[in-house]
Amino acid sequence: MTEILNLVARPLGETLLMIAASTLVAGCSGGLAGILLFALSNEHFAGRHPWARFAKKLADRAINMLRSFPYIILMVLVLPLSRLIVGTSLGTVAAIVPLSIAAIPFFARIVESALSEIDNGIIDAAVACAASKIRIIVAILLPEALPSLVSGLTLTMISLLGYSAMAGVIGGGGLGDLAIRYGYQRFRGDVMAVAVVTIIILVELIQFSGSAIARKLRARR
Amino acid sequence: MQSSATFAHNRNAYEPETSIRMFHAERPAEAADQAHLAHSLQFPPSAEESALRLISVSKAFGNHSVLDNISLDVPKGSIHGIIGKSGAGKTTLIRIAGLLETPDSGTVLYEGINVPLHQLRGKDLLAARRKAGFVFQNFNLFASRSAAGNIAFPLEAAGWPKPRIRNRVHELLELVGLADKAGRPASRLSGGEKQRVAIARAIAHHPSILFSDEATSALDPETTRSVLDLILNLRDTLGLTVVMVTHQMEVVRRICDSVSVIAGGSIVEEGIVSNVFAHPRTHAAKALIEEASHD
Repeated sequence: MTEILNLVARPLGETLLMIAASTLVAGCSGGLAGILLFALSNEHFAGRHPWARFAKKLADRAINMLRSFPYIILMVLVLPLSRLIVGTSLGTVAAIVPLSIAAIPFFARIVESALSEIDNGIIDAAVACAASKIRIIVAILLPEALPSLVSGLTLTMISLLGYSAMAGVIGGGGLGDLAIRYGYQRFRGDVMAVAVVTIIILVELIQFSGSAIARKLRARR
Repeated sequence: MQSSATFAHNRNAYEPETSIRMFHAERPAEAADQAHLAHSLQFPPSAEESALRLISVSKAFGNHSVLDNISLDVPKGSIHGIIGKSGAGKTTLIRIAGLLETPDSGTVLYEGINVPLHQLRGKDLLAARRKAGFVFQNFNLFASRSAAGNIAFPLEAAGWPKPRIRNRVHELLELVGLADKAGRPASRLSGGEKQRVAIARAIAHHPSILFSDEATSALDPETTRSVLDLILNLRDTLGLTVVMVTHQMEVVRRICDSVSVIAGGSIVEEGIVSNVFAHPRTHAAKALIEEASHD
């Protein structure tokens, strides 16, 4: 058993690193992209301008295209980009690049829909308070949407965990890679079982904390 | 259509014993009423006497014309009602007047700004918006903020320093009778309390015009009375000009000085409330008064 635990320790660290780093990147850039998507379509922001409607259409296309790529193909396609950004196309750090790229449009959509769900009356009220657009977004809309944003980020992390299982293809390691190499290729069902159980525990932990935080935020209202 | 007369309001509809007076400590009900009666205004006002001017405002959504060439002058310090059936265009009208929507054509002017407001951009537009406060039917409080936090927002937006915001918020909470509920999340207030917080938020930054879009429609009769009394009191003490959209004739009769009846996107009749009530000339006005007398 100690042997198995030793085997699991390193891939667990790799998985955690991949999830944490790509969540951070996707949270920031996906969040920003989501805010822009929302601003392009909302009447109180850029929505009434024809150029904004056009830009929104383009952005929608780009996001849909990115999201419809099978992840394993996306991973191979962004190899040159990984080399450019992190200096290597192999290993855990290199695997963070395609993970982030897959998660950015995913989280952007989540942010866009969370902001769009806010009652238009709330935006009217914020506009009537003579606040600038940026202040309305930062001081009103993001706090109003916070519980949904937390739930959405939880969802993003869990799907990242799923994607990260494929990181083995480019030598990224991680729990999924361990399960395939030992369980599938070397017939070590026990190692595979431990790896899979560890992934399940991770999913549960992420989901539990995410739901708890979102619930707490909602309860304060 | 535009008869000029002096306000001398008939307040038969007023029932002091059943109404809730939030200011009875410092302002007896009769005093508020007398201050109101003493109010003497001309309608329509001259351009210089107007707090708000709409000139030939039109708006269509797609092919559907909602407002057709509307002009309106609201006298400084008066409470002006805009009444009509639902779909008559009154909400669009007040949203354009309150700078929440842009007209297709026409001009909106506030006292002291000699530029058509919808041409303004950036900081100038924000400065114009600071001249107005807006109260909504569904309160539209920010759920992520407390009562005090809601009232503080326009002041934060105006760049007030924190201690000054704190003092002003405290003063406003006292004014609307909610000093003990400062920290309460907005969603945990009753309907009447929500609307009072919304009113405090709307007047926090010292606007000169208060717009109210069906502010009492979601409230029960007793709470409606207390909110109307609050608005009346604010006008009397702060000299605010109030423009209120409503479909309830009772609201107009209770606190408005002058009224515009709107039907099919046009103002079909306007004047001092008592005159319009006593001698309605159009079918739309007659129907609204008829309806109110059945309630």
